Amino acid sequence: MAFKDTFEQYDWDTLEREIYAVTEAEVAAVLKKESISLDDFKTLISPAAKPFLEKMAQRSHQLTKKRFGNTIQMYLPMYLSNECQNICTYCGFSMTNKIPRKTLSDAEILKEVAHIKKLGYDHILLVTGEANRTVGVSYIKHAIELIKDHFSNISMEVQPLGQADYELLMEAGLYAVLVYQETYHEATYKVHHPKGKKSNFHYRLDTPDRLGKAGIHKIGLGALFGLEDWRVDSFYTALHLKYLQRTYWKTKYSISFPRLRPHQGDVQPKVEMTDADLVQLICAYRLLDEDVELSMSTRESETFRNNIIKLGITSISAESKTNPGGYTAEPESLEQFEISDERSTGEIKEMIRKQGYEPVFKDWEVFA
Amino acid sequence: MTDILQIADKTFSSRLFTGTGKFSSSEKMREAILASESELVTVALKRVEVENKSDDMLKSLNAEHINLLPNTSGVRTAKEAVFAAQLAREALETNWMKLEIHPDPRYLLPDPIETLKAAEELVKLGFVVMPYIHADPVLCKRLEDVGVQCVMPLGAPIGSNKGLKTDDFLKIIIEQSNVPVIVDAGIGAPSHAAYAMELGADAVLVNTAIAVAQCPVDMAVAFKMAVAAGRMAYSAKLAPIKEVAEASSPLTSFLN
Repeated sequence: MAFKDTFEQYDWDTLEREIYAVTEAEVAAVLKKESISLDDFKTLISPAAKPFLEKMAQRSHQLTKKRFGNTIQMYLPMYLSNECQNICTYCGFSMTNKIPRKTLSDAEILKEVAHIKKLGYDHILLVTGEANRTVGVSYIKHAIELIKDHFSNISMEVQPLGQADYELLMEAGLYAVLVYQETYHEATYKVHHPKGKKSNFHYRLDTPDRLGKAGIHKIGLGALFGLEDWRVDSFYTALHLKYLQRTYWKTKYSISFPRLRPHQGDVQPKVEMTDADLVQLICAYRLLDEDVELSMSTRESETFRNNIIKLGITSISAESKTNPGGYTAEPESLEQFEISDERSTGEIKEMIRKQGYEPVFKDWEVFA
Repeated sequence: MTDILQIADKTFSSRLFTGTGKFSSSEKMREAILASESELVTVALKRVEVENKSDDMLKSLNAEHINLLPNTSGVRTAKEAVFAAQLAREALETNWMKLEIHPDPRYLLPDPIETLKAAEELVKLGFVVMPYIHADPVLCKRLEDVGVQCVMPLGAPIGSNKGLKTDDFLKIIIEQSNVPVIVDAGIGAPSHAAYAMELGADAVLVNTAIAVAQCPVDMAVAFKMAVAAGRMAYSAKLAPIKEVAEASSPLTSFLN
């Protein structure tokens, strides 16, 4: 069994028509229900749900508080490499971009770690491009082993791997893998990923299945908003989530909300997603699922991040650098995308506390 | 009247056990726990920096009457649970362990098979084992057989605040048990806690309902009072509930 079978039962254009045909009366009826189905989710992300945003936000706030309490999990990304053999039209690391390439050495990794630990982080997200010869499984495994005594929770966002590779990395101390489909629109996917291993849409689509089979603790899903209609892409993401929850029931899930940001590359967002759209989507996810983790990066602005704390988000990063060695080395010459909220960890902690939440730095321990 | 609860080598005058999760700050947590007068407070090992004596959470719970009860939240198997318990014993200097094995991260429902396995092993290793389980009367007896010092059946899924959805089974467990029965999980309001105590539970464990309340301190006091009231009602023997009014002209009066 794989997600492909579920995926193929749906048709993009039909979904799009359905989502845009939803009426306000249908939204009102869904909001009266105690539990929200995938079909209801489709209703809640429709344009017709916009007038109900405050109502959705209130409910999302309550549900999140019940499940996650008054806490926000803190994490930080650490970019290990920007070498990449893929062409992704929207990404700063894309092979065709003439930027200096860099892969961190052991000494450089440990220097970054020392800095990150000083900031207080205990949950780390390792990020690389896709360069299997230099930054393959053995490099990543080595990096995990190198840092695992310093962090209680290690996640990664790297190229899709095979089940056996995931098992190997879990053995080394890996907790979670984030792998975004970018878009579930196959033709558009091909346009934006014309070259490299990433051009294989279905290999990527099956990645969470391989992770589930490997027994990973957490899988992070998402679509890159801007490539296609965010509503349809989000429906597919939710479909993926529900399938995975049924199939790999011991695994936890998180959703991220990357909106395309200006970067060094040709493609700028095709479909705009407004702040109100993003709030609507976050709340719709929470109403669909009380326990899914919802994560917010520094791509978003200060004002947006300040206000989203109470709306359903459960984890955020602060002062992220998206270039390898960015915390301790030179300027941001090699970054993947520009971050928007540049406030320090201290300022973010303060902002979270002011809203009556506790920033949590440690919420995991490897018992093996 | 002295009404003391004994579990293993410890005695408790409060029958309200509390937790440390979901509070908006360590100070709020401390205030609420002190106000609850709880003497047994569970703390997730995964949230604690076990090697750091000045860990914020542990520091704020440093009061003479408070016993820390580490829990194994986050583990998925008996093997991981035993490892976690040993780590806790060394770091927190306690052999008390709230055994929680929930491989399902959504509803956090306990795995009965792994829990029984782990309980048996932990008892052999000298732990005071407090297992979080379904309200399953047979499992409770099996756990009793391997030597746990109490059982902690759930009222409803953790954090759901739904109350005692399992009350029919809790009644059987309470009736049959030779070890204290502590109703854990699902208690969302003081009335739920009072009800559990009226049924004859020996104690209740409440976390979310206090931590997430608008005013955690007041809610902690409300729970303290509800637990005491429920216990007192149980001890005073509740009048039986009558399904129908008693007929003023009994059908058998002609016999007299």
